[in-house]
Amino acid sequence: MDAFNSIILILDATLRNATPLIFAALAGMFSERAGIVNIALEGKILISAFAGASAAYYTGSPWMGLLAGMMASVMFAQLHAFATVTHNGDHVVSGLAINILAAGLTAAVGNYWFSQGGNTPNLVSRADELNARFEPIVFPFAEALADVPIIGGIYSELLSGHYILVYLAFLAVPLCWFVLFRTRFGLRLRATGENPQAVDTAGISVTKVRYLALLVCGLLAGFAGVYLAVALTAQFSPNMSAGKGYMALAALIFGKWRPKTTMLACLLFGALQAIADRSQGAIILGFEVPVQLVEALPYILTVVLLGGFIGRAVAPKAIGKPYVKERA
Amino acid sequence: MSQHRIPAWITVGVIPLANVAMAALAAALVFWYLNINPLEALQAMVYGAFGSSYGWGYTLYYMTSYIFTGLAVAVVFQAGMFNIGGEGQAYIGALGVGLVCLGLGGHVPLFVLLPISIIAAFVFGGLWALIPAWLQAKRGSHIVITTIMFNFIAASMMNYILINFLKPSGTMSVESAVFDPSSWIPKMHEALALIGISIDRSPLNLSMFWALFVAFAVWFFLWRTRWGYEVRAMGSNASGAQYGGISIPKTVIMIMIIGGGLAGFMALNVVQGEAHQIKLNLVNQMGFTGIAVALMGRNHPFGIVIASLLFGFLTQGGSELQFEYSVDARIVVVLQGLVILFSGALQNMMKHPIERLYLRLSSNRKKTSEELAAEA
Repeated sequence: MDAFNSIILILDATLRNATPLIFAALAGMFSERAGIVNIALEGKILISAFAGASAAYYTGSPWMGLLAGMMASVMFAQLHAFATVTHNGDHVVSGLAINILAAGLTAAVGNYWFSQGGNTPNLVSRADELNARFEPIVFPFAEALADVPIIGGIYSELLSGHYILVYLAFLAVPLCWFVLFRTRFGLRLRATGENPQAVDTAGISVTKVRYLALLVCGLLAGFAGVYLAVALTAQFSPNMSAGKGYMALAALIFGKWRPKTTMLACLLFGALQAIADRSQGAIILGFEVPVQLVEALPYILTVVLLGGFIGRAVAPKAIGKPYVKERA
Repeated sequence: MSQHRIPAWITVGVIPLANVAMAALAAALVFWYLNINPLEALQAMVYGAFGSSYGWGYTLYYMTSYIFTGLAVAVVFQAGMFNIGGEGQAYIGALGVGLVCLGLGGHVPLFVLLPISIIAAFVFGGLWALIPAWLQAKRGSHIVITTIMFNFIAASMMNYILINFLKPSGTMSVESAVFDPSSWIPKMHEALALIGISIDRSPLNLSMFWALFVAFAVWFFLWRTRWGYEVRAMGSNASGAQYGGISIPKTVIMIMIIGGGLAGFMALNVVQGEAHQIKLNLVNQMGFTGIAVALMGRNHPFGIVIASLLFGFLTQGGSELQFEYSVDARIVVVLQGLVILFSGALQNMMKHPIERLYLRLSSNRKKTSEELAAEA
């Protein structure tokens, strides 16, 4: 029974950890499928976490926080588009600039606004009668079923009681799949990432598709940041994204740029993080695995996959290449 | 437009300056928003970085690190690839330097130990770049992604090594023992005191001269040796280079080892010259800043020395702002980000208008001189 409970707890933490990864990886999918390399997910998560927490603090509403977070993230995504699409800038350099700018701006502006070393004030404060954090959603009968063996653990502990953004993340996966693989916009977007010349020949503006793709990317990345600052912790603190954007990028590659497999990769990475957080190490097949190895495993696995040792990860064909119309 | 030649002073002079000016303008807006007079801030930064031998010491200390991490990006860029792994390579280089200093410090004199630690920095940093290089060369996995992943793997691995092997028992903080003082690279103020020149204490140490020498050596390697030629040939046209008989996988692996080794040299400055122990996060984003330095320096060693001085100024001057205006120290990061944005990602934004302007002006001048000739 103890083993069952700890498995439930790890799976529960897995869902929590996987949520920002899923949003950010889906954001990266829209960008990379359209041919724009996106190492700027980290910066987008950070800026949206900051904007989200600040707006939630000032308005007292987590939903306003979500709106502000998404707007901030979209602004940065459009900056990425301006640099890479309009001015044919290097995608990696632009992404890097956004990450560094986000890290600096959130800390400097945050300190100017709140004078708390770059943190925002806590979003839940009894003294100010403030509760600007998302509330967990408790499923019907979760209380009543909590003590029932097995079912109680799965239903009340694992499935019930998460923030709404957790459920939205898992709903976003089929939705993004539908948009990317079953709509005209999705087809055009993927074609832009594979063969922009063909898209241009068909009379569709590559520029417009890529700007739109980055718009969606910004919206989705906004969810990830707001989830961190307004749901998971009720506060923004500098550099709180802590590499999640890069891990989401790893998950996107590990999932071979497809929604379902990317979600599974996010769950795997989330589980590894849950195991690392829970213990000083894990014992696998009688060997004690140091906790640092568990932490590094998502990156190691991605490198191994990229090396073509387990399957093959093939990126969209035109990724990272600026599209320049040939002039007669 | 491309038939006309744009002179070099426009490409390497006017355009980079215009890009920096744009970044400065954006920075001024940020300062203005934070209720700081931009001109006063600039004055405070210049004074903080260059107003005293103390300020100069810090500025040149940061410059030394940036030369190494900038070169690490630039040499690989000359081969047409992007090394974002400087962060991890410098961290692992620090392990090499630290192991040499911990193992040999106090047993052998500095002139024996220093060459060994220099080699260790290069070998450790270089080997950390070897796996991404091999994967790129033999398996075609994209080096940008693998080097990012290797930064995280390096962080976890160093964390493990520090906690389990290098942390002296009984101490709380995660860092190695302090090296024997005989293994420290002498500080500049100590060295200058020997010849009777007195300057303020600062972290600046003699590894600055090594950085300047290495910058020269990289120039010599790239522009005066056959290997350097192969690297540049691959960078300008990989398939052409291959057709010309240059082995692409071999060149990829060679230049990545060199790049990683150059990043590893940063540890000489930061670990053997200043901290005298291996600490967590000792690289502190300087590997990433190296990308900005390489961009600003247009991937040329001499440009990188100048760009490193600029970033040393930004780092030291920016941290002075913290005391002057009680602004967050990470304002420096904003400045760096703006420089990368305008001189890197948006470099074409200023390039095309300036080139067009130049061409219009020069064609006007040509026309008037032709008219004059016709009149005569």
